[in-house]
Amino acid sequence: MPTNILMPALSPTMEQGKLAKWLKKEGDTIKSGDVLAEIETDKATMEVEAVDEGTLAKILIPDGTDNVAVNTPIAVIAGEGEDASATASAAPAPSPTTAASTAPSQGDGAAHQDKGGEKPEAVAKKGSDAPLPPAEASASAVAPEIPEGTVMATMTVRDALRDAMAEEMRRDDRVFIIGEEVAEYQGAYKVTQGLLQEFGPKRVVDTPITEHGFAGLGVGAAMAGLRPIVEFMTFNFAMQAIDHIINSAAKTLYMSGGQMDNAVVFRGPNGAAARVAAQHSQDYSSWYSNVPGLKVVAPYTAADFKGLLKSAIRDPNPIVFLENEILYGQQFEVPRLDDFVVPIGKARIARAGRDVTLVAWSIGMTYAIKAADELAKEGIEAEIIDLRTIRPMDVPAIVRSVQKTHRCVTVEEGWPQSGVGAEIAAKVMSEAFDYLDAPVIRITGKDVPMPYAANLEKLALPNVKEVVGAAKAVMYRN
Amino acid sequence: MAVAPASRAKSEPQAPEKPEARQEKKTNGAGKAPAVPTFSKEQELAAYRDMLLIRRFEEKAGQMYGMGLIGGFCHLYIGQEAVVVGVRMASKEDDQVITGYRDHGHMLACGMDPKGVMAELTGRRGGYSKGKGGSMHMFSKEKHFYGGHGIVGAQVSLGTGLAFANYYRGNQAVSLTYFGDGASNQGQVYESFNMAELWKLPVVYIIENNRYAMGTSVTRSSALTDFSKRGDSFNIPGEQVDGMDVRAVKAAAEKAIQWCRDGKGPYILEMQTYRYRGHSMSDPAKYRSKEEVQKMREEHDPIEQVRARLLKSGQSSEDELKQIDGKIRAVVAEAAEFATHDPEPDPSELWTDIYR
Ligand SMILES: Cc1ncc(C[n+]2csc(CCOP(=O)(O)OP(=O)(O)O)c2C)c(N)n1
Ligand SMILES: [Mg+2]
Repeated sequence: MPTNILMPALSPTMEQGKLAKWLKKEGDTIKSGDVLAEIETDKATMEVEAVDEGTLAKILIPDGTDNVAVNTPIAVIAGEGEDASATASAAPAPSPTTAASTAPSQGDGAAHQDKGGEKPEAVAKKGSDAPLPPAEASASAVAPEIPEGTVMATMTVRDALRDAMAEEMRRDDRVFIIGEEVAEYQGAYKVTQGLLQEFGPKRVVDTPITEHGFAGLGVGAAMAGLRPIVEFMTFNFAMQAIDHIINSAAKTLYMSGGQMDNAVVFRGPNGAAARVAAQHSQDYSSWYSNVPGLKVVAPYTAADFKGLLKSAIRDPNPIVFLENEILYGQQFEVPRLDDFVVPIGKARIARAGRDVTLVAWSIGMTYAIKAADELAKEGIEAEIIDLRTIRPMDVPAIVRSVQKTHRCVTVEEGWPQSGVGAEIAAKVMSEAFDYLDAPVIRITGKDVPMPYAANLEKLALPNVKEVVGAAKAVMYRN
Repeated sequence: MAVAPASRAKSEPQAPEKPEARQEKKTNGAGKAPAVPTFSKEQELAAYRDMLLIRRFEEKAGQMYGMGLIGGFCHLYIGQEAVVVGVRMASKEDDQVITGYRDHGHMLACGMDPKGVMAELTGRRGGYSKGKGGSMHMFSKEKHFYGGHGIVGAQVSLGTGLAFANYYRGNQAVSLTYFGDGASNQGQVYESFNMAELWKLPVVYIIENNRYAMGTSVTRSSALTDFSKRGDSFNIPGEQVDGMDVRAVKAAAEKAIQWCRDGKGPYILEMQTYRYRGHSMSDPAKYRSKEEVQKMREEHDPIEQVRARLLKSGQSSEDELKQIDGKIRAVVAEAAEFATHDPEPDPSELWTDIYR
């Protein structure tokens, strides 16, 4: 029977790819192991090898086709003595489960919709009596650090991070990057692409697999005045090095009575990717956010990734900079400015609304944005606070929003107990108790290690429905 | 030496020093590689069968990954089959095995059911971890297989702990602790070495030197590329072994395991091997040349070596080997079939197995 060759999935996050080039033509004999075609994935160009033997009967997807979905038949192989013109229709395999990508949503896009006099009395009363907080009462929905009229460029989070590092390395020769596969391999997730070529092996340093060692080395170099960017291939592996992050980096300034600082940035992807199971899918936001002496940054948009990474590199404190593998390939508008920096410790109103506050950061934003869209269909205006920095936390920004909406839902992929959401809930309770019309609800990852099976993984992660449900629950709607 | 040096290596890996020269402190020939033995027809066929099962299983897994049936990370063992099969031939049922994430071959060599392994790869309820662990995290108490670990180097301390349990109980079992050339640079490896020698724990540290850790060749990661010497400062004997020759592997493992059973403490075996495929499924493998891979496949393939010996000596025929191949293909096809149609775990499994 002729066999369909399907567009292969070549990485945990690949959903589609470009069929760059066929290396075999119709009529060619195929042996197992022959390279059939080259495919460009979200990360790299890969070769597709034949598993079946026979004759390449038909090419279904020509060279240069973009966006070929995984599992689309791309060619037909006829076995020995088969009619090469017959096309088989192999049943498509179940598609791999990967977290859905989300289109970026810019902060000022949400139109205010007057749904007319629905606000419960209690809310109205409290709302009208509420004293306004002093100075920054009217935070702009547009990120304040982008001047009016700035030209924007569309770019991926991956490229924004790379540009941030390259710009800072050009600006300050004390800055160097060190980690596994950052140089010759161009980054395990291609975030450091091109840096070795521009800055050379002294400033772009491949390490052995020795996280504890090179993290400590980074802190030591920072104590001696250099500005290391320590890349962890993922933050799961930073657990090998957490002693240096906490005991050496976070506490030294204090222990030395303010003499000895260490301006080191620890960065890399944090949290779950797709189907990589318990040991590779952990969200460390709350772990590092527990530690005085560290600043913890976890942006969502490419602009924030860029501006905040530049700030982090310049900051005299040790910074834990949490990225996310699923966000790497997502595109956003990034201002075309010579030196675009975003201040650490400032939240952003990603979407203005008056009915309920959704607080999220990093990948949590993808759920919040979709939930806000869903809620809007039902006439509920959610305000989304993109926290961007987890420590120091921009509590005033959250409080201001809650003073307006009186309701708050937090969204994160991490575990519930002692999570960042728990901290936000506590802060809101202590600083905006009188404004609350409902208890804060936390939407989190489930209280289990990340399972591998596709169906269980989906259940373990938060979802949009849960966020929508929580928003309605705090509004006492169903 | 079976393994060709990496073509892009900065410097040629050092030729192994004469083991005698650096292991004077040890007696009983520790550190001296035993001569490569000849195998009986039965042994050759057993090795052939076991290695071929791993090869075909892994090819199938690669194919199923491409179809989206397997997700996440999937690290194939193709090219390294002689290591686990040779060690298995030298070990006993009760000996424990522990390794990293490139673990499918180890599980099959331990006698774990290909259906259960494949179903774990597809995340189904019939998998060894009920679908909850995936490719990198599988275990079998029954077969003394202790995982399946995703954090590079972690299995070295854990494997030392398995050996501690053997020493504590005073049984005769040996811990067979596998790790890569890359993992050899983790600090906990040396912390473990020290304790193992200090307390004379029965553990064979099997370093699978396949020349690369992801995209980093050993010459770019290791100040000392002779991994058999990594135990020198702890006085642990070590040997470099042609890990592409199943007979050499078996002979070296037999000796090392006996050393442990005799209560003399740990032993290090550097298995010089090679992985043909990318590090995981998403590795474009730009760090080595195609010629290098091709050369290894053509000149050192562990399965081809056995096959050629069997045919040349007349111990076996093309026909007989073809039959074996057919049987193995059927086993693998059955595993794939099971793993494709077995249902996903019940949603309630999300909340089980967190505590006892
Ligand atoms: C602590 C830790 N750091 C990094 C990684 C990412 N990683 C997975 S495998 C690997 C390479 C390991 O190479 P080696 O030990 O030689 O084993 P091989 O893959 O060659 O079998 C790396 C860097 C990890 N899983 N754990
Ligand atoms: Mg290796």
